[in-house]
Amino acid sequence: MSKVLEVNDLVTKFYTLDGVVNAVNGVSFDVEDGETLAIVGESGSGKSVTMMSLLGLIPMPPGKVENGEAIFMERQDLLQMTPAELRDVRGGQIGFVFQDPISTLNPILTIGEQISETLVKHKGMSKNEARDRVIELLTQVGIPDPDLRYKAYPFQFSGGMRQRVVIAIAIACTPKLIIADEPTTALDVTVQAQIVDLFKRLRDALGVAVIWITHDLGVVAGIAERVLVMYGGRPAEIASVKDLYESPKHPYTVGLLGALPRLDSRESKRLVSIKGAPPDLLIPLAHCPFAWRCDYAFDRCWEEIPPLIEVGVGHHVACFYDMEKGGPRNG
Amino acid sequence: MQRYFLSKLGQSILLLFGVLLLVFAMVRVTGDPATLMMSRQASPEDMEEFRERMGFNDPLLVQFGRFMSGAIVGDFGNSLHFKTPAMPMVLDRLPATLQLAFTALVFAVVIGVPLGLIGGFNPGSYIDNIARGLALLGQSVPNFWLALIMILYFAVELRWFPSFGRDEWKSVVMPAFVLGLPVMGQIVRMARSSVLEIRGEDYIRTARSKGLERRTIYTKHVFRNVAIPLVSVIGVQFGYMLGGSIYIEAIFAWPGMGQLLEQSIGWRDFPLVQALAVFTAVVVLALNLLTDMTYAFIDPRIRYGK
Repeated sequence: MSKVLEVNDLVTKFYTLDGVVNAVNGVSFDVEDGETLAIVGESGSGKSVTMMSLLGLIPMPPGKVENGEAIFMERQDLLQMTPAELRDVRGGQIGFVFQDPISTLNPILTIGEQISETLVKHKGMSKNEARDRVIELLTQVGIPDPDLRYKAYPFQFSGGMRQRVVIAIAIACTPKLIIADEPTTALDVTVQAQIVDLFKRLRDALGVAVIWITHDLGVVAGIAERVLVMYGGRPAEIASVKDLYESPKHPYTVGLLGALPRLDSRESKRLVSIKGAPPDLLIPLAHCPFAWRCDYAFDRCWEEIPPLIEVGVGHHVACFYDMEKGGPRNG
Repeated sequence: MQRYFLSKLGQSILLLFGVLLLVFAMVRVTGDPATLMMSRQASPEDMEEFRERMGFNDPLLVQFGRFMSGAIVGDFGNSLHFKTPAMPMVLDRLPATLQLAFTALVFAVVIGVPLGLIGGFNPGSYIDNIARGLALLGQSVPNFWLALIMILYFAVELRWFPSFGRDEWKSVVMPAFVLGLPVMGQIVRMARSSVLEIRGEDYIRTARSKGLERRTIYTKHVFRNVAIPLVSVIGVQFGYMLGGSIYIEAIFAWPGMGQLLEQSIGWRDFPLVQALAVFTAVVVLALNLLTDMTYAFIDPRIRYGK
């Protein structure tokens, strides 16, 4: 299997009036052909910024990618591309789905226009040629009466239907990779399930790789093969879904899984949360970012930044503490 | 669309009725309109004769009925000063005011819109700083003062432009500049802030994520959304210039409606003042209606009644 995307040691900072925000502090991961990787973490953990900075979608300035490489399709480094090359990749080979479908579509253009734009740009189609393809796409994402809907405006759609339109834009040029940034967060729970199902169906039909950014571990189990857990702009743990849920190795992952409300619990108890607050990203990282909130933190956690180490096949964790052994990890 | 248009039209008609009511009441609210209109030296007999002739002795309702039935066909009675019908005199002055307001508007839009857009796309740049400075200056310099200074310098000193009147094309330059300057300032600021706001919208990020060219994003996604607030500013300001150029016209002796209004107030020529007030209101209402239509044309949410 070849890799669609391989990111190494990405560092992104924002130079704001309040100081330097260390949004992404050395993130590495890869995505294989046709695979779905979930990136999980709380707000401010750097999940979105990681993906947006790979494709030049963060505002620059104040944002700046300071280090790293992102090899796309085992050929080109996205971070070294010219703006024109990057534009060809965006929309053409990498599709995007964003969080809030209410604000991600231009209110004064028809949805047909907004979908065909990307076809005109990347496939060199004329508007008329694009029209047939757009109607095909609308059918594919499950929008009824696509002929009529082609001329409709975003405000004439519900939130779930708008997200289907955004998905149609993302898959329009049959990309190799789709980056979905919390695509279900702004939707009703029932609609969330429909969108997840649609995603799975399209992914399998098109064989496209997906990076699914979310803070909902419940959704992850249903759609992803591997999970990257992020904390404070750093990877905390990477593992297959099965390994992560069965034997989480990072105290933060353990906390996240413990915080999931369960439908099958009989006794009524308070929702569990991880104590403390996310780290202040204005302070440069000098030790494990989770140390403040960690029950297992010891001297070394306050002195060094834990590197990502392999603890099982394809299972990496950035932690000095071995939870199974009940003490510091060797080496 | 039709429903939107009809409701806007209905609103305008209601407003016009309100204006008529106000114009009618204004003259009578102080009690005796004759004392307002006649000179202080008029004898009681003359006053009584005037009241009778103008119908001020009739019951108010009868007077209002007469006023309204006249107003509908544009008849506001004879000007007291010129002894001829008031409305044709107003219409006589319309071309001059239109010329002045339109020139001022073109100047404000042609300079203001590009400056504002460039500033919005390059905040903090060299051009942006100039644009913002000009906008601030345009909006804060009192234009009656600027008018006098310009007359002093460009008319008296340099003799480039005539200091008053409406003769050759040069005549319109100074009054239009002075009238258009604050409007230009407002357009610059509005265009700039709209661009800045819309540039940060999620749907612009979506457009970028499609890999569209910068130019496509600007023209198709940003400009059309910026146009919505701009159209409203331009519409309102044009109405304001048509009705509110009183002191600019007075200073430059520009023979338009504003100058006539200023003079007719001095002459206590109430039929003429009333005709001017109602006519200006009609023009402003018509312009607002046009602005609303333009809105609907740009923004489908309005067109489809959402």
